[in-house]
Amino acid sequence: MKNIKYIALLFIAISNFTSCNTKQSNKENIITYQCPMKCEGEKTFNEPASCSVCKMDLKPVASQSKKIEATNEISETSIFNLTTKWNTEEGKVIELKDLRGKTLVMVMIYTTCKAACPRLVADMRSIESKIPKDLLNDINFVLVSIDPETDTPERLKEFAIENYMDGEQWTFLQGDISSVREFANVLAVKYKQISPMDFSHSNIISVYNPNGELVHQQEGLGVDNKETIIKILETVNK
Amino acid sequence: MLLIAVKANCQSKMVTIKGGTYTPLYGRDSLQVTILDFEMDVYPVTNKDFLEFIKKKSKWKKSKIIRLFADENYLYSWKSDTSLNKSQSLEAPITNVSWFVANAYCECQGKRLPTIDEWEYVAMANEKLPDARILKTYNEFILSWYEKPKTFNNKIGSTFKNYWGVFDLHGLVWEWTSDFNSVLISGESRKDVDNDSNLFCGSAAVGATDLMNYAAFMRYAIRGSVKAKYTMKNLGFRCVKDKITN
Repeated sequence: MKNIKYIALLFIAISNFTSCNTKQSNKENIITYQCPMKCEGEKTFNEPASCSVCKMDLKPVASQSKKIEATNEISETSIFNLTTKWNTEEGKVIELKDLRGKTLVMVMIYTTCKAACPRLVADMRSIESKIPKDLLNDINFVLVSIDPETDTPERLKEFAIENYMDGEQWTFLQGDISSVREFANVLAVKYKQISPMDFSHSNIISVYNPNGELVHQQEGLGVDNKETIIKILETVNK
Repeated sequence: MLLIAVKANCQSKMVTIKGGTYTPLYGRDSLQVTILDFEMDVYPVTNKDFLEFIKKKSKWKKSKIIRLFADENYLYSWKSDTSLNKSQSLEAPITNVSWFVANAYCECQGKRLPTIDEWEYVAMANEKLPDARILKTYNEFILSWYEKPKTFNNKIGSTFKNYWGVFDLHGLVWEWTSDFNSVLISGESRKDVDNDSNLFCGSAAVGATDLMNYAAFMRYAIRGSVKAKYTMKNLGFRCVKDKITN
């Protein structure tokens, strides 16, 4: 009897292994190559070779597809491929693909931050304020906490109210340590806990189209957000 | 019983690393970092290990992997989804894998990737000493490896066994760590990281705790420059596990 139980378990385990392949042919992109150390700045090459300065192998640069099509399938580069679960400031549990259909403007912050985050949050509000009001329904501004232990849904809700970011267009997300690490890797955000209360982190605001594909990243604090806004408006689902 | 037997089969050999406090090249607010006891794979994950994994998890096959999780060079030298190229050895470390797949592999084994601090803690040992960083020969050995070409195709176990009983931390391939993206030395970090004064190139070497440890500095620099979907032919990984204490 016991053995049967184990065998059944084994079958369940095996069937789990084979249930997750989503692949879409999307090979029209032209691959360009670039030195990983960027010895020659942003210069790109059409052939794989080695860098003439540091001799490292050139790495392919992900080229973005120019045309954004509203397809039903999730593309290979879409962040909706991530299956982790997140808590919102409203106490709901969601997956990233639940955010599908709207343009996403995403940033990683933590609410106890005194240095850069208030300015990052201000940058987000500045972007939001420059978007025509009738388009706000099609845009979701998402703030993901890099400190999931402190930033509970309740704490995020308080933060939203304090900062006048409690409208429909704002979403705050709490993950767990590994999902946040994975998400940061998708956004190419770097961060490190330097003391129990403090994190050092990249200041990047990322724009995703309604299919979850990256269209633009704004790096730095208080930078001119004109291009970011143009990109957002371009991708809004009309 | 059956399940346990199957599980034990795919577990590679591990050794216990006794925790302790040490000073890494880059620390937190205090210079010292404390490591708890944990277990580490004796060898890096091999082509053979990875082949077994990929047969079970088709999501990570070369033809199935999505671009969000790995760049175009993923498993570059492999002949097909489930076979190696003639020039590749089954016993050589797996390389050309992204952080995402390394992370998934360890999870599948009930393990995890080591943190930078854990990896560096074990890697500062030579054959005899748990911390050999002060020895000139230790640094020379690592730096001479960095100059050797194509060590990624050597078999596991072909370098030295260190104080803890762990092989190949230096001499074969670089290895992924779970929190590699906590190293804030990168192209971007010049302009967008709020607290990078002691983490950026020139000033970093001055701010680092150990000017002699140029080899470690190079490892941090590599970690700072890669992204999670990057795959490189000299970058592999191994897994660790928390020590269950009674």
